[in-house]
Amino acid sequence: MLSTESLPPLSSLQRALSRVPWAYTFRRLLIAVPTMLAIITMAFLMMRAAPGGPFDGERKLPAATEQAIAAKFGFDKPLHEQYFDYVGGVLQGDFGPSYKTLGKSVNQLIADGLPISLTIGSLAMLLGLGLGTLLGVFAGLRQNTAADFTVMGVAMAGISIPTFVTGPILILLLSLGAGIFAVGGLGEYPNIGMNWHNMTLPVVALALPQIAIISRLMRASIIETMRSNHIRTARSKGLSENQVIMRHALPAAMLPLISYAGPAMARVMTGSVVIEKIFGLPGLGSYFVSGALNRDYTLVMGAIIVYAGLIVLLNLVADVLYAVLDPKVKYD
Amino acid sequence: MTDIDPLLDPTGRIEPVRQAIVGGRSLWDDARARLFRNKAAVISMWILGVIVIIAVFGPMVWVNDYKEISDLRTIAPTIEGWHILGTDIQGRDLLARLMIGLRISLMVGVVATAVSLVIGVTWGATAGYLGGRIDNFMMRIVDVLYALPFIFFVILLLTVFERNIVLIFAAIGAIEWLTMARIVRGQTLAIKGKEFIEAARASGVSRRAIILRHILPNVIGPVAVYVTLTIPVVILAESFLSFLGLGVNEPLTSLGVLISEGAKTMGEKPWMLLAPALTMAVTLLCLNFIGDGLRDALDPKER
Repeated sequence: MLSTESLPPLSSLQRALSRVPWAYTFRRLLIAVPTMLAIITMAFLMMRAAPGGPFDGERKLPAATEQAIAAKFGFDKPLHEQYFDYVGGVLQGDFGPSYKTLGKSVNQLIADGLPISLTIGSLAMLLGLGLGTLLGVFAGLRQNTAADFTVMGVAMAGISIPTFVTGPILILLLSLGAGIFAVGGLGEYPNIGMNWHNMTLPVVALALPQIAIISRLMRASIIETMRSNHIRTARSKGLSENQVIMRHALPAAMLPLISYAGPAMARVMTGSVVIEKIFGLPGLGSYFVSGALNRDYTLVMGAIIVYAGLIVLLNLVADVLYAVLDPKVKYD
Repeated sequence: MTDIDPLLDPTGRIEPVRQAIVGGRSLWDDARARLFRNKAAVISMWILGVIVIIAVFGPMVWVNDYKEISDLRTIAPTIEGWHILGTDIQGRDLLARLMIGLRISLMVGVVATAVSLVIGVTWGATAGYLGGRIDNFMMRIVDVLYALPFIFFVILLLTVFERNIVLIFAAIGAIEWLTMARIVRGQTLAIKGKEFIEAARASGVSRRAIILRHILPNVIGPVAVYVTLTIPVVILAESFLSFLGLGVNEPLTSLGVLISEGAKTMGEKPWMLLAPALTMAVTLLCLNFIGDGLRDALDPKER
């Protein structure tokens, strides 16, 4: 402490950067490589082990056609060559042609679908964090009162009711009933696009379980924080209760949220698959499910790799952020 | 202590517990007393008991069969023919299907959780007990698996292979064991180094007795809580798969299948969505309240 006093003061950004555990981040990035390879290998083997190929239909194709298809997609090569071809392509950012959507590459399909999934996913996450924190703090500061029990009861219901129930109910009430929002889809040609009219309900439906989980987490966290020593210190210094909460309790209580954010994003992405189906949105989740059902192997592989990459990355960001913000955390 | 076990006492009276508080009390007596003071948990246990009885015995005694097409039309709830919840899209009695669906969903919940329990406890306890390099290696594997978008693999598994109920059990159980392993390992590690273990060892308690009497009871608590909270998660996961059309095969059904069928026709036939959705919400609410109650009861810090 003494030696720093003679140095010029650090800006908050510099201070944050100095707390980034670079060695740990680098090590985690190194682990991510075998993780991704394992994912690619597992998905690849699983699909090749499946009985029946992507082009098997009701009718037997002529032998010449089958050969042409096999040659075009490389099925005539030995398995390990197919594997190395595929991994080589992925490393160069090429996910190959879609087996079922003619004339489109998997890259194009991902480019079409990912922005939609990311938009509803991140908006739902923001809504969940914002509203969840608010409700959790509200309930936690009124522990064991009627207000607390009400909020926690509603949160429990939010956890227990799946999105594919809340989604249709929202449509029934607000779209078909009140006519405020679109029933689904992205609008009619030529006005296709994302706007509040067609995105509000999917985002809300996706956010509801997150609001519930985060408010429960936040409630427990603020209750524990309010009992801690630094809050007693702040109170004894004569700060107003508002200042105690806003400046001393909230920042400390919100730390567990960061470590929850990584797994939460994974949950939101999974939930997004269902939401996209209910609301008829052409996001990555819809492509993944229809690809899996149609045996469009390259599309499924591409989607899994993108999802896995996002989850690995977000977990890493959450963990590093945690180290930056929590002075008690030390990664060796 | 009285000789009546309040958990087994069929009348559900709480008096024995009160007496137990006055007399000497063990960790478990204490936890039990706290659990029974939690109104939400107690009510949930009663409701869940009724739900389980309905799921197990309902299909045997109900007048209508879940496979039988009793009317070619989809009819709204009526007393006629005892279709008190109406019939589904193929004219099958909805209550009969609801009870079978409830049975399947609960079964998936329990079996898949048991799968995760066996793998998770074995893995976590081994890692925690052995410690050192083996522990490090085993938990690294868990870390790597954690990063996998497992539900996508389950979807893939169910689309490329012949679907059957055992595969669903195994696949969901295989996702959920990771957290269990972490909990058990952390708990084992923490307890291994505690003073009371050292004290037991110093006073000459055998290793077996230490594990059985001191380590195990302290591991069981968090595990029991996590098991109760995993069952609803598993039921949700199964219904999620059912909603995507990857659940159990016809004519069997599950709550998820019924809800997804109901969601398709909710505009004209709301009863088809309402009954399974409510059943599922109530079941999951009960399980979650019991899990919460257990956690509060078993957490020694709450005292």
